[in-house]
Amino acid sequence: MASKLVRHRHLRALSSSSISINNHIRSPHFSNPNRAPLSFSYRLFSNASSSSSSSGGFQRPSSLKDLELAKFAAIAETWWDSEGPFKPLHVMNPTRLAFIRSTLCRHFSKDPNSAKPFEGLKIVDVGCGGGILSEPLARMGATVTGVDAVEKNIKIARIHADLDPVTSTIEYCCTTAEKLVEEDRKFDAVIALEVIEHVANPAEFCKSLAALTVPDGATVISTINRSMRSYATAIVAAEYLLHWLPKGTHEWSSFLTPEELVLILQRANITVREMAGFVYNPLTGRWSLSDDISVNFIAFGTKNCQ
Amino acid sequence: MHLTMFCTRVIARILYVNVSRLKVRHKHFCTDAATRVSGSNCGQPSPEHKETHDISNNIQHYDIAIVGGGMVGMALACSLASMPLTKHLNVAIIDSNPALGSRPYFNKDDPPDPRVSTVTPATISFFKDVGAWQYVEQHRHAYFDKMQVWDYTGLGYTRYNAQDINKEVLGCVVENKVLHGSLLSCIENTDFQKTIYPSRLSSMTLHPSPSSLGMDSTSSRPPLSSQRHLAKLELSDGNSLYTKLVVGADGGKSCVRELAGFKTTGWNYSQNAIICTVEHTIENGCAWQRFLPAGPIALLPMGDNFSNIVWTMNPKESTNRKLMNEDEFVKDVNNALDYGYGPHPTSSLFGSGEMFSWPRAGVTLSANDCFEVPPKVVKLASERLVFPLSLRHASDYVSKHVVLIGDAAHTVHPLAGQGVNMGFGDAFALSRVIAEGIAVGSDIGEVTMLKKYEAERKPANIMMMAILDGFQKAYSVDFGPLNILRAAALHGAHFISPIKRSIISYASGEQKLPLFT
Repeated sequence: MASKLVRHRHLRALSSSSISINNHIRSPHFSNPNRAPLSFSYRLFSNASSSSSSSGGFQRPSSLKDLELAKFAAIAETWWDSEGPFKPLHVMNPTRLAFIRSTLCRHFSKDPNSAKPFEGLKIVDVGCGGGILSEPLARMGATVTGVDAVEKNIKIARIHADLDPVTSTIEYCCTTAEKLVEEDRKFDAVIALEVIEHVANPAEFCKSLAALTVPDGATVISTINRSMRSYATAIVAAEYLLHWLPKGTHEWSSFLTPEELVLILQRANITVREMAGFVYNPLTGRWSLSDDISVNFIAFGTKNCQ
Repeated sequence: MHLTMFCTRVIARILYVNVSRLKVRHKHFCTDAATRVSGSNCGQPSPEHKETHDISNNIQHYDIAIVGGGMVGMALACSLASMPLTKHLNVAIIDSNPALGSRPYFNKDDPPDPRVSTVTPATISFFKDVGAWQYVEQHRHAYFDKMQVWDYTGLGYTRYNAQDINKEVLGCVVENKVLHGSLLSCIENTDFQKTIYPSRLSSMTLHPSPSSLGMDSTSSRPPLSSQRHLAKLELSDGNSLYTKLVVGADGGKSCVRELAGFKTTGWNYSQNAIICTVEHTIENGCAWQRFLPAGPIALLPMGDNFSNIVWTMNPKESTNRKLMNEDEFVKDVNNALDYGYGPHPTSSLFGSGEMFSWPRAGVTLSANDCFEVPPKVVKLASERLVFPLSLRHASDYVSKHVVLIGDAAHTVHPLAGQGVNMGFGDAFALSRVIAEGIAVGSDIGEVTMLKKYEAERKPANIMMMAILDGFQKAYSVDFGPLNILRAAALHGAHFISPIKRSIISYASGEQKLPLFT
């Protein structure tokens, strides 16, 4: 089980690229991730291996994931280049955060007019990547822990967060959700965006997320639907027609439908309270929340008190 | 490596603690200084201030530095102070104008200053939202609900009425010093953390984007200072400050725009505008604009029998008219607003609008209004000021840590008094984008967030500039067929209700021209 969960954590980078796929398909304006500087990734990797992470343990993933991991680690240093390969994610980020803000403010009875509504909340960002989500959460007042199994992501996240005193308080660990469970860590809110579609066993993954959540705490998960539209956009177009991503990056059959996600969360003792879709408008270049959950969607649930 | 990173974080935190402590003291000191003396050097170290400065060997940190505390810069500050998500921001305002340090005071008996703005209903509601309009209303201001536009050929005219768009007013003429003073009063009455630097910007350092930080170096030392994500400003009085966002609100010759390397496009019109205050024997309640061969002349009501003149002409004429004696100048003005250069327009040319009879069903009230002659000017009530006209537009409004608002981003022909309204529109849009960014935890210097402001304002401003420039061009040629076309356009604007309504709405800042959307 440990190794399974270890694997999940690695794929923050992968998952974000899944968003890019959808972006790319719908808007030709976005930069092509292929122009990412693949070549200088390995220097940082070797750098990274010289230091050990605080929670000590970068376990090598299985061979297939290892390959993909290297590809996404390659563009990791462009995480914070808002015009780089992660641009679609930067553009989408405010929309994801708007959903998180409104659901968490309501659930925890926080003042939505406050600049720091999450003050007093402990939040873990599972699969934090370069910290694109962790930093805004910290600015909104949360006590943030960001975990990612890719050591390089954690290093980049750390360096970037230290630029600003407000975000330098973020705790970044190169570890996995399962390890946090073993350490008996608890959080008011557990957030795993664009991760679950890459894990080998989503049900086990959800159980780990639930174990990290305090009773009546919140869990937020976003992913890609297993729909005809997502097949057309995320797989056929992005991987086979446009070659934006290597074939096999996403396995359509491993995507979860909203119904399936609700079900496995229910089994993990989390009740889904709200769900929304993200839709991209190629004319304005903006994402917005909508009822259309046929491609990208996000779910907010609460852990049952038992 | 681990140790260095740890040390860095510790240092960063120590710095942060010092900074937070500094902020409090400095704020205290500066509020003090601002109310105590105007024009004195607010940033000059007091003993207490100097002490903290030396100990931490640090420079002030701000969330936002507004360069230029004029009407648009202060409007931004007021707007930030008025919104729950932005009122906690720590803002520096850099401007050497001593008026910023003193409480505004106006003598009601002084004749109006010739520097006035025609604020649109959209601007008025913005001022009401931020809480500044109540101060405008305590001073001289003149609402107008009618407007007449005609030209020297005698071929066409149009009259607009606020009722056409179900509004009480078309706009309000206010002296710039009153608008500015109202914004100052408004912000003084909040507990907004602002620090005024009575100085000028001398240099600006925008740090490299963090994506390149520490990644390209062979050393394993991570970037040391927490200032790397900030812009550094150096002022002419020797002060320096760090800020997440620099707002260039420093006018048409923007220093921020130059230092940030934004390109501009534009041209000079080789036209000057004379502005001055004049007096009538009766109160003027209408805004008048007549297109003359050399450019338009506008007569704007200012209350108390006063009006403001904005008269565009070629540079040579403007020099003559500035120097000629007052009586002659008044005669010239009356001539320009009456029979000079051509006859009064009649409706006979197009058969009293018969050719536009098809939209009769929805005819606007003012379509029945007849041409009127503006009230006679009896006296010049201020000095005559001359300004060269130009059009300038920045190709970008934002880059990392920098944003331009108002005339720094766009300078227009003062034809319809839209310049400052565009600036207020910028200030409002920017403060809202910042609030939205803060709501979702964005770094306020982040370019992705700032681009939203640019995407909202640039098309709107370009549209307005194109229309004003088009008007200017259409009226700078005296050519028979063109005159008829222009007259037809004015006629159409007068009689075709949907067009008329959308023109008035657009000029009021209410909406986009539906023709273009």
